[in-house]
Amino acid sequence: MEEIKLMKGNEAIAEALIRAGADAYFGYPITPQSEILEYLMTEEPYKRTGMVVLQAESEIAAINMVYGAGACGKKVMTSSSSPGISLKQEGISYIAGSEIPCLIVNVVRGGPGLGTIQPSQSDYFQSVKGGGHGDYRLIVLAPASVQEMADFVQLSFDMAFKYRNPVLILSDGLIGQMMEKVILPPQQERLTDEEVEKRYGSWATVGKKAGRERNIITSLELKSERQEKHNHKLQAKYREIEKNEVRFEKINCENADYLLVAFGSSARICQKTIQLGKAKGINIGLIRPITLWPFPSEEINKAADKVKGILTVEMNAGQMVEDVRLAVNGKRKVEHFGRYGGMIPSPDEVLTALEQKLIGG
Amino acid sequence: MSDSTILTPQDIIERGELVFKKTALLTDNIMSYCPGCGHGVAHRITMEVLEEMGIGDQTIGVAPVGCSVLAYEFMNIDMQQAAHGRAPAVATGIKRVYPDKYVFTYQGDGDLAAIGTAETIHACNRGENIVIIFINNGIYGMTGGQMAPTTLPGMKSSTSPFGRDVQMMGHPLKITEMIAQLPGVVYVTRQAVHKPALVNRAKKAIRKGFEIQKEKKGLAFIEIVSNCNSGWKMTPVNSNIWLEENMLPFFPLGDIKG
Repeated sequence: MEEIKLMKGNEAIAEALIRAGADAYFGYPITPQSEILEYLMTEEPYKRTGMVVLQAESEIAAINMVYGAGACGKKVMTSSSSPGISLKQEGISYIAGSEIPCLIVNVVRGGPGLGTIQPSQSDYFQSVKGGGHGDYRLIVLAPASVQEMADFVQLSFDMAFKYRNPVLILSDGLIGQMMEKVILPPQQERLTDEEVEKRYGSWATVGKKAGRERNIITSLELKSERQEKHNHKLQAKYREIEKNEVRFEKINCENADYLLVAFGSSARICQKTIQLGKAKGINIGLIRPITLWPFPSEEINKAADKVKGILTVEMNAGQMVEDVRLAVNGKRKVEHFGRYGGMIPSPDEVLTALEQKLIGG
Repeated sequence: MSDSTILTPQDIIERGELVFKKTALLTDNIMSYCPGCGHGVAHRITMEVLEEMGIGDQTIGVAPVGCSVLAYEFMNIDMQQAAHGRAPAVATGIKRVYPDKYVFTYQGDGDLAAIGTAETIHACNRGENIVIIFINNGIYGMTGGQMAPTTLPGMKSSTSPFGRDVQMMGHPLKITEMIAQLPGVVYVTRQAVHKPALVNRAKKAIRKGFEIQKEKKGLAFIEIVSNCNSGWKMTPVNSNIWLEENMLPFFPLGDIKG
């Protein structure tokens, strides 16, 4: 049954995980996402649905527990915040190479290093360009509300299993900590091994049954020819994901003179900037990439033809702006406005930046 | 068929002279281990135990990084390959979603006692209901004979070319004795496989480990002190003599707990 509640983003994602019929969560405390593990331990989903919850000894252990359980064909999630996500990168690379479906949540805080516990979007590069070693891609979703924190859990698992690929939800301390109304989805049953095999094929390590070859989960291939072949296969999969899974939201783009491109929290702030602009007679549109990879390059390219200039608004020193510039390919001016180190841009700061950088003076 | 004919394996079987049969839980792939190395025997007795218990179809193994990184090429069961040192965490993930299946890790000393120390100790301390098989040959075999956490004082390796200087490089880690202190671990033993009688004893220890898992009692930790004739730069026979004279006094055989 659907249910309406007032929840923190971190709580909403934890509750949505239980309701998605997840099999396991492995995590390690770090601000600003500790509520996820706390909520799960308090809710005791092992009593409600049989879902496993375990506090690991480190982020490294947690991601490797995800590797082990995910490779059994189970719906598994881990979450952390920036420094912890850095520790998980080895495991994420192995998971991508071994093609294990799973969900990773990053409730981003400012960096580099131990940085700050305040919100940031400075892990964009790490999320969409790789993060760990080797040629691989994560599907990256950027929620802009507590509702999307909940909604993206099932969506992530659907894509993770369809493509046998890890999915990352790139949230931030603002979305994780703020409370909003959220409509929670009805409880789904956890899948049996037989149902997983019927839907997604027999690839998981469930115990070798007589009459089939053993299932092996590995990212190792010592013969270069075969490793290249494996890489070709991964790249073909990534092209397929690029074709099918681009998601974005367009706000006020019809007849806009200037275009903002922003994701997550920044996109929420930009919606207010659009209103402030309207009051001053400046017609501003917004494209909000929902998938940061695959990136809505085509849509941004098309939108660029209709506007005088583009401003990306990010809680970082200029990361997504590089992908917007690649999408626009030089045909329009693309500028960046950012606050960082845990600072959050205000709607009027964004409008001022747009006036200065795109309109002039 | 005259007696002067060279016998094929089939001929031997038909004559009723078969004295040994490879378990079906080992594949026919040619093992990548050096001739004389103990890994092959350790693989065989582990798989024989699973066959004798009839649990090969309910067991998931975890291969480490090290010489046995390709264990899944030789063990004919569902297997996962873990990042260096992370096998106990991976095994935890498997066992937690499959409490009724059998899970084991097969790890070397570098994997288990250096880079994976945290994962090893915490999986043991949680009392994960798994079996850990720990092959200790005092050296990094796969990467070419570098110093390991269990390299003996004075022992030469490519990164301790003048012998392990404990003042500079630290002491060898008796991780098995450390693990025996943890309440979650119910069985800790140190075995060897360089003599037939010891092979039988090691196999019994592995069997005991999987029986403990069957009864859901906790973690069973089985160290096998082994040779590395290539890494030690010795003939197989000399490496076994060296093992007896040097490794075993430092790492004495026998049950430590349970």
